[in-house]
Formats: sequence, C-alpha cells, structure tokens
Amino acid sequence: MTQNNRLFGILVPVISVLLGLLAGAIIMLVSGYSPIEGYAALWNGAFGDAFTIGETIRRITPLILTGLAVAFAFRSGLFNIGAEGQVIVGWLAAVWVGLAVDAPMILHLPLVLIVAMLAGALWGFVPGLLKAKLGVHEVIVTIMMNYIALFITNEIIRNVLTEQETTTEAIPATASLASEWLQTLTFFSRMHYGILVALFAAIIMWFIVQRTTIGYELKAVGFNQHASRYAGMNVSKNIILSMVISGAFAGLAGAMEGVGTYGTISVMSGFTNLGFDGIAVALLGSNNALGVVLAAILFGVLKEGAGQMPTSAGVPTELVDIIIALIIFFVASSYIIRWFLLRFKKEGK
Amino acid sequence: MDYVIEMLNIRKEFPGIVANDNITVQVKQGEIHALLGENGAGKSTLMNVLFGLYQPEQGEIRVKGQKVNITNPNIANDFGIGMVHQHFMLVEPFTVTQNIILGSEPTTKSGKINIKKAEREIQELSDRYGLKVDPTAKISDISVGMQQRVEILKTLYRGAEVLIFDEPTAVLTPQEINELIEIMRSLIKEGKSIILITHKLKEIMEVCDRCTVIRKGKGIGTVNIKDTTTNELASLMVGREVSFHTEKKKAVPGQTILEIENLFVKDARKVDLVKGLNLEVKAGEIVGIAGVDGNGQSELIEAITGLRKANSGSIKLNNKSITNLNPRKVTESGLGHIPQDRHKYGLVLDYPVAENMVLQTYYKKPYSKATVLNFKEVYDKAESLIKEYDVRTPSASTLARALSGGNQQKAIIGREVDRSPDLLIAAQPTRGLDVGAIEFIHKKLIEERDKGKAILLVSFELDEIMDVSDRIAVMFDGKIVANVTPENTNEQQLGLLMAGSQLSEAGVHNDSE
Ligand SMILES: Nc1ncnc2c1ncn2[C@@H]1O[C@H](COP(=O)(O)OP(=O)(O)OP(=O)(O)O)[C@@H](O)[C@H]1O
Ligand SMILES: [Mg+2]
Repeated sequence: MTQNNRLFGILVPVISVLLGLLAGAIIMLVSGYSPIEGYAALWNGAFGDAFTIGETIRRITPLILTGLAVAFAFRSGLFNIGAEGQVIVGWLAAVWVGLAVDAPMILHLPLVLIVAMLAGALWGFVPGLLKAKLGVHEVIVTIMMNYIALFITNEIIRNVLTEQETTTEAIPATASLASEWLQTLTFFSRMHYGILVALFAAIIMWFIVQRTTIGYELKAVGFNQHASRYAGMNVSKNIILSMVISGAFAGLAGAMEGVGTYGTISVMSGFTNLGFDGIAVALLGSNNALGVVLAAILFGVLKEGAGQMPTSAGVPTELVDIIIALIIFFVASSYIIRWFLLRFKKEGK
Repeated sequence: MDYVIEMLNIRKEFPGIVANDNITVQVKQGEIHALLGENGAGKSTLMNVLFGLYQPEQGEIRVKGQKVNITNPNIANDFGIGMVHQHFMLVEPFTVTQNIILGSEPTTKSGKINIKKAEREIQELSDRYGLKVDPTAKISDISVGMQQRVEILKTLYRGAEVLIFDEPTAVLTPQEINELIEIMRSLIKEGKSIILITHKLKEIMEVCDRCTVIRKGKGIGTVNIKDTTTNELASLMVGREVSFHTEKKKAVPGQTILEIENLFVKDARKVDLVKGLNLEVKAGEIVGIAGVDGNGQSELIEAITGLRKANSGSIKLNNKSITNLNPRKVTESGLGHIPQDRHKYGLVLDYPVAENMVLQTYYKKPYSKATVLNFKEVYDKAESLIKEYDVRTPSASTLARALSGGNQQKAIIGREVDRSPDLLIAAQPTRGLDVGAIEFIHKKLIEERDKGKAILLVSFELDEIMDVSDRIAVMFDGKIVANVTPENTNEQQLGLLMAGSQLSEAGVHNDSE
C-alpha cells in the first residue's frame, strides 16, 4: 500500500509536468512558433553551458527555502502566504548585519544567516500569535505583513542604510556566501555556497517533521486540533511555532539573495515573487522535503531557461509565462490525473 | 421469490485485507433485514458496495431481479437505494430543507430554487412517516436524533425504496431508539424495505424479519428471526458462546480518588449545564453515571479532563486539586479518558494506528528521547496493544481512518486502559462494539477495578450501567440527584430518577444516606 502510494506520489507530478509541456507545445504551434526550437532554447537556457548551469543553481537555491517554508506551515494546517515578506526582511537583515558588523568570517557569516532567520521568524510570529490567540486568519495577516515588510525595507534602505540611495554598499567578504572557486568553475556565474545551506535546510525540515516530537505535534495539530488538545498538546504554541519555523526558512531564503547572489539590497518597486513561487513549489512537492527540492529544481530550470526562449526561439515572454502557468495548473489539478490513473489501474485488472 | 435487492457472491478487497469474501445477501420486498457481524466483519463495506461508493472485485448486484452496475451513489439513488451513514453528512449552517434538496433542487420557471415547494413536500413526507422534522430549522440547532431523521428524509425525498441504516442506534438515546423503531415500522407499512446494521441483538429481535450473519468477511448464513434467539445470533456471529452478564466480585472500595465539590460548568453558549455537582469515586470501584443525554454529562467530563473551564467548585484527583489544569497536567496526575466522540477527540484519523497508540506518551521515554522519536519502540508498543485488544487492522502502519468503527474504539480503549491510570473515565466505551468486544471491554474495566483503580463510567445504555457499575450516580439537570446500587434498583426506577423524580417517588432506597 505504502509502496503504491509512493509510486503515485511520483507519477502524478511527472505526468502533470509532461501535460503542461504538451499544452505549452500546442500553444506555441498554434501561435506559429516551433515548439522544438522553443524547448531547445529552454533547455539551453538552463543547461547550455557551465555558466547557465551555475545561474540555474543559484536560482533554485532560494526557491528550495521558500518552498520549505510554505510546506512546513502547510503540515500543521496553516497557509503561509507571508513567505514573501519574510524573504524581504530576511534579505534586509542579512545585508544589514553584513554591513554593520566587523568580524572574522567564521563568526560573521553564521551571524548573518542566523539574524536573517530571526527576522523571518519574527515576521511569521506575528500572524502565528494573532491566529493562535485571537483566531485571526493567517492568510489575511500574512498578506498585510508582506506589504509592511516591503515598505519598511525600502524606507530603511533609503534612510538608514544609505543616504537616499537605491542600493546599499556591497557586504564585505566575511559575510558573503559567494565563492570564487564556484564562480570560476561556472564561467563567472553568480552561483554561491547557498545551495548547500538550502539542501541542509531540507534535511532539517525532513528530520523535524518526520522524526521528532515537534513534528509529531505540528502534524497532529494540522490534522485534528480537538484530538491534539485531548492529547495534552498546546495547540496555540504549535500554531505559533509552526509559523516561526516557517518564517525562519523564508528569512534564510532572503539571506541567499542578500549575501549570496547580490551582496546588496536595493529599493524594491514590487515583490520578489520568491515567496509566492514557494507556494507553488510546496504544492508541487506535496509538502515534503524531498518533493520541495525536486519541485524547486523544476521551477528554477523553467524560470532560468525561459530567459533564452525570446532571444533564441523568438517566443515572446508572455507565452513563456503562460507555459509555466500551465504546468502549475496541471499540477494543481493533479486530482484529475489521480482519478484517471485509478480508473486506468482498475481497467487493467 | 420477490427479492428487491440481491447481492450475490460479493468480494471486496482492501490493501492487505479481504473485507468481503464471497458474501450473499438477499432482501425481500417489505422486510427489515438485519446485517450482523463483529467489528470489522465487513458490514459497512458491503453496504458501501451496494450504495456505489466501492466497486466490488467480484459478484453481482440485482435490483428486482435485474442485474445492475452501481458505480456511484447517484446511480444507487436512481435504483431507489438510499443510505443513512453512521457519520452524518449534513451541512451544519444550512436548514433542514436546504440540506435535503442539495443536489436535486426544485426550481421555479425562472430558474430560482423553489424553497417553498420543497418545504411543503418535506413537511408532507415528514408527517406521513411520523418523523416530526421542522423543515426550516438549522442543522446546527437540532439534536442528533433529529439530524438522523433528516438523513432519512433525504433518502425518502430522493425516492428511496430500499433504505440502508448503518448503525443508526449507536448515537441515539434509548428514547430516540424507540422513536426510530416506530419510524422503521411505518416505513415498512408504506412498502419500503430496510437493511439494518446494528450490534444490538435486542433491536434485531424486536424489529427485524431476517438476519444475515457475517464473520471475518465471510457470509455465515441467513436466519429467520422468528426461529432464533439472541444467544444463537451471538454465537453465530462470534463463533463461540457469549456471556451477556459480566461476572464480578464485590467491590472493595479504598481511599477516595476523585472528589468533586460544588462544581459549576457552562457550555459553549454560556449556559450553566453543571450546577453545583458533588461526586466521589473511590479506588477499586466503578461508578456509573446514568442520565438522559444533555443533562451536563459531557460538560462534567470535559471539566474533569481539562478540556473545558470549570466556573467554580473544586475537582481533586488523589487529594490534589486538578481544577482547570490543562489536559496534559491532568493526564500526568493519573487520569485516562475514553472520549465519547472518538473521531473528534480520540484519534488523529490521518495518523497510522501506531502513532495513535502513543498520543499522550509520545514525548516520554522510551518513545522519544530529547525530542527524537523512536519508531521501533512506538511500533513495538502498538503491535502488543493491537494483539492484546484484538484491534483488527492490516498492520500498525495502517491509517486509523481505514479501520472499522469498532476497531477504532478498541484501539482507543487499549491505549487508555494500558496506561493503567488511577482514574479512568469511560464515556460510552462500548458504543458501536459487537457483543464479543463488549464482553471483553467490560472484563477489562473490572480487571482495572480489581487492581485498585477508580473508574467513572458514563453511558446511556442502562444495561451497561446496571451490569458493570458498583454504584450508580443518577445525573439530572446538572446535579447528581441520587446514589443507588444496581442491586437495589431496576431499569424502571432508574428511568424515573433520570427523568427527575425524587427517590421516594421512584421508590428507591438511597445508598448515600
Ligand atoms: N477504506 C479502507 N481502506 C482499507 N481498509 C478498509 C477500508 N475500509 C474498511 N477497511 C477494512 O475492511 C474491514 C471491514 O471494515 P468495515 O468497516 O466494513 O467493518 P464493519 O463490519 O462495518 O465493522 P464495525 O462494526 O466495527 O463498523 C476492516 O478490517 C477494515 O479495516
Ligand atoms: Mg461499520
């Protein structure tokens, strides 16, 4: 039974992705572009040479972390739309500590990462607290927290970190995840050590959720609050804890951008979308750690590769967005695919 | 022969288990046909096959002699088959009428839902079968018994000729059971046929015409009720003799374990439901609380277990106050609780059976160390409980959701009794259990008593209260109004006390004086 389920868990997303690609191909055909050229461009854009591979990996890194963030909250029945805001405050905190503190790398870099996680955790704590104590729905609060994060961050960049500039100075090497070795290896892409941090975080998430009493309680609260209370668990505490840990993952994603990819933070005209993409990544990865990593890879590849499609195959960016959206659509409606598979299995008997 | 429904050689498998193995049931037009079998025998599964929720691997179904293929509940409806599930499927904020017409709404010419017409029709149906349902009431405002009658109306409104009842009486009070029996009789009078699943042999003897017995997924045969006895039915079903009376020694009560003084508890609507209650349970005795549902029993239990705040008064366990402590602290002070609503409180249905077995102990050694769970210990414990309490499940890693109702209950009882708490609160512990399992559970409760534990039993089954308790506390209107012993009273007198009569009126000797 469990084996069967596992096969299903793999088969369904794979088929969803294939259907999405197929639908994308049809749309390209209908609009007069060659799907073969289009997808070849996509492939080259993601894996064409060492440079693009490096860039793809650095794009995947924060997606893994935001995916983990959203998935973690989902496990205890909470919908954290606030990963976006948590990313932003994490990014800000990382750069700020990077600039403000003078210390050897061995202290500086961990400090930067920890403070970024704390910032994200704080941004998760507020909606968690309001949900647990006053029953305010976390979706509403997290959406508002996203805007608060965006505007406060812009304000701080302009007036605290710089004097009316739009971008901060670059952080010193002691606070940076960038690696000359990885850069030379990939023809000077912006790939950095963050991917290791993200993979390590995935292992941590798996361990907490599957192996510890913390995960046991969080999942129980997600499944059945009444039974959890009966069993002596503190439901409020678990709701808050879930949002805090979720926020910490997202904050770390912000640090990946802040001290990995860019080394600075700039005034933002809109959201980074890393947090919102995390929702899709979590769904696609069925909220478990390994699934999230695989889904983030898929997402990163599509996004990075898509950049090539307009230039080398002439497919307009709008169409590229539609194709990506279609893949997500098919994944979200995987229910239908599941149904067909079950049908098929029965007939086969 | 005139069979309305024939299920011939039905086979249905679930991963790791054959739930129905070549079962044949034939229901005659106009009869009440009982389906009897132990917990997990496959009764619900068989009926879900008939109702189109599951597809059988083998076998055929005939309606009025015609072979049919029922692939979903809508098709079952078309063939005039309706089902009243054990767990109701109603939309709480909707009215009775809205619930009943859901999915087949009558419309006016302009396409609007014709609610007035529907209400009239439902009122008519309700009057015809004596259901006494108010079509305009909201589901969340009506009693469990009334909700069940709404489910019955739902099937009738859709034109059901054959009604399936899956353990309808498990959730009802004795009064409501009598009403349901009347309703079933009037349905038959109007030409309907009924398939009734129940574990209560008394009910089968009272209303059924024939009974098909299932044991471990296999059909044992069909008997005429006229030609059989309760004992024969019971032994057909379990495959051995069952004793209906629990053997026990006289209780030797020790020191006081639970002491409640002047307790007041409000319900969710802020109305006092427990009003100055006093109660004492001693080590080595079983105290049964008898009472009509809604006289504050649930609130009392919730206050003791820490699930609900007590407004005033005191609750002491082992001479230490546990008033308004949180459930974890209460549990750790030595309390075990078999909750009345097993799906809401007793289990995390989406957890495997094994993880449910450590629901209150997961954070302790040996199940976890420094927050890391030790699954080997958890599964070892679960396996041993599954064995000891005869929980029928394909494996310890099966989700609790997939177990039959009675086996879910056995899992909870195993978990709670095994901790051997100083005070065990058992609320409707045998609800939905088969006679063999009931016998076993009663034995276990008495064993705990003999070990010197205190047991508080809350049950709407007077049989159970009379049989198992050493002392009976009658609860009425939020207070204990009488303390009697089973030897000095009978069901009639208890019934009067539960309805609020004074002891002298009921003619009972009060043992607390
Ligand atoms: N959806 C399911 N998946 C897996 N196994 C199932 C499922 N439903 C039922 N079973 C198994 O099939 C067997 C029969 O279950 P069923 O619910 O039909 O029993 P029952 O006779 O109604 O018992 P009870 O009197 O306890 O309600 C049980 O062993 C149960 O564990
Ligand atoms: Mg059943």
